Amino acid sequence: MCLAVPARIVALDGSHCVLDLAGNRLRANVSLVDAPQVGDWVIVHAGYVLERIDQQAATDSLALAREIAGLSSGPSPSLATGNDE
Amino acid sequence: MNKDFRDPELAGGLVKAIRRDINDLGRPVRLMEVCGTHTVAISRSGIRNLLDGVVELRSGPGCPVCVTSQEDIDHMISLAYLPNTTVLTYGDMLRVPGATGTLEEARAAGGDVRVLYSALDGVRAAGAEPSRQFVFLAVGFETTAPGTALAVKEAARRGLDNFTLHPAHKTIPAALRALLAPARSQASTGSGGPPAIEGFILPGHVSAVIGRKAYDFLAADFGLPGVITGFEPVDILLAVRELVRSVMARAGGKRVVNLYPRVVREDGNARAQALTREVLEPCPSAWRGLGTIPDSGLTLREEWRAFNAVKRFAGAGGLQSSLHPALGGSRSRAAGISACRCGDVLRGLIAAPECPLFGRGCTPISPVGPCMVSSEGSCAAHYAHERRRHAR
Repeated sequence: MCLAVPARIVALDGSHCVLDLAGNRLRANVSLVDAPQVGDWVIVHAGYVLERIDQQAATDSLALAREIAGLSSGPSPSLATGNDE
Repeated sequence: MNKDFRDPELAGGLVKAIRRDINDLGRPVRLMEVCGTHTVAISRSGIRNLLDGVVELRSGPGCPVCVTSQEDIDHMISLAYLPNTTVLTYGDMLRVPGATGTLEEARAAGGDVRVLYSALDGVRAAGAEPSRQFVFLAVGFETTAPGTALAVKEAARRGLDNFTLHPAHKTIPAALRALLAPARSQASTGSGGPPAIEGFILPGHVSAVIGRKAYDFLAADFGLPGVITGFEPVDILLAVRELVRSVMARAGGKRVVNLYPRVVREDGNARAQALTREVLEPCPSAWRGLGTIPDSGLTLREEWRAFNAVKRFAGAGGLQSSLHPALGGSRSRAAGISACRCGDVLRGLIAAPECPLFGRGCTPISPVGPCMVSSEGSCAAHYAHERRRHAR
């Protein structure tokens, strides 16, 4: 029930936004995130945007996984610092 | 981006890395995935099968549908039969058995039960029919609670006096503490008891709200590691590998690690926390399988009490449900519950297929206990995705 899915903000309208969710349009409340922008990737849960997705952190996680799995680092960019508490 | 986290080659490499580590350790490791969404992902992706014999993954109490108490369901059922009253619920709750039946049965018998996607939809429904009472069954963990708080504030802003909620939110850290406290006292007295959980896969979206630090007590008070992670196969395997490494590092050094930094921040979502705190406050809460745990629930603060259905409808409860003829049929289910071991499944004491009713008296079509009702319940996930494996 804590299922939350990635989506992209395509329009903003006050406290609400329109999301592109795998090709579907969905309205959601954006009160829980600071300064949402059109184009942001976000996580949406039960009708509201829960959090923004940090693309750099996602790339870093994949690079870590490839390293552990013993695969060449492929297209992954350099490991940036700052997301790793 | 998400498909990269499902890459089979990458997942396969991680499984090999985990198997190598377990080989070095020389014994299997038992972990608990706390969250129901993780349970489904582990079953559906085949991860449990891939790690067979090296890492055992036990489900925990993190399916809100499964841990909602019978009393909460029964109260809502009784409200559904009141004249001019509508019960609003997330769809997952429709088939969960209370002592007197399910909300689905109440609807079939003429009660007005409506499914909503968002708590704010409930406020809109109440605004559209001002002469009708709307009661929202507010369940879910920290992920869902801010949405409830938003809905209450919106109802207040609109001046609605026909929207209330039955507060049944629960919080994860309190449940983990309750789960671990008896295990620790058993360990200290050297008595038997179930094999210990050696680390936790922590829920990604609860953590998006409460932040990584909220789990530091696992390491500090119980000496156990935890890893917050996402829901794709690579996320889960990364978490397993980190936990296995932590088990291998014998002396101390246990910590709670965030491997879902694309969504989870160190301190969580401050706006969501503030909103929840403004409207809701901790209270004791009854968990199915775990009993009543202090400060593990969320109820409306005194200043928002006008929105509390338990107070508004006090006295309208048990009488209705005990009198309604449509509810007589649930007696057979009540008899079956005695053999149901959902409580042990929710505490990680047994795996779902170890229950004597699993796949026999209890299936998703005809569920006995809540863990088979909810699609995120451990029993339903095992039944849907791993039956062939259990039949071996």
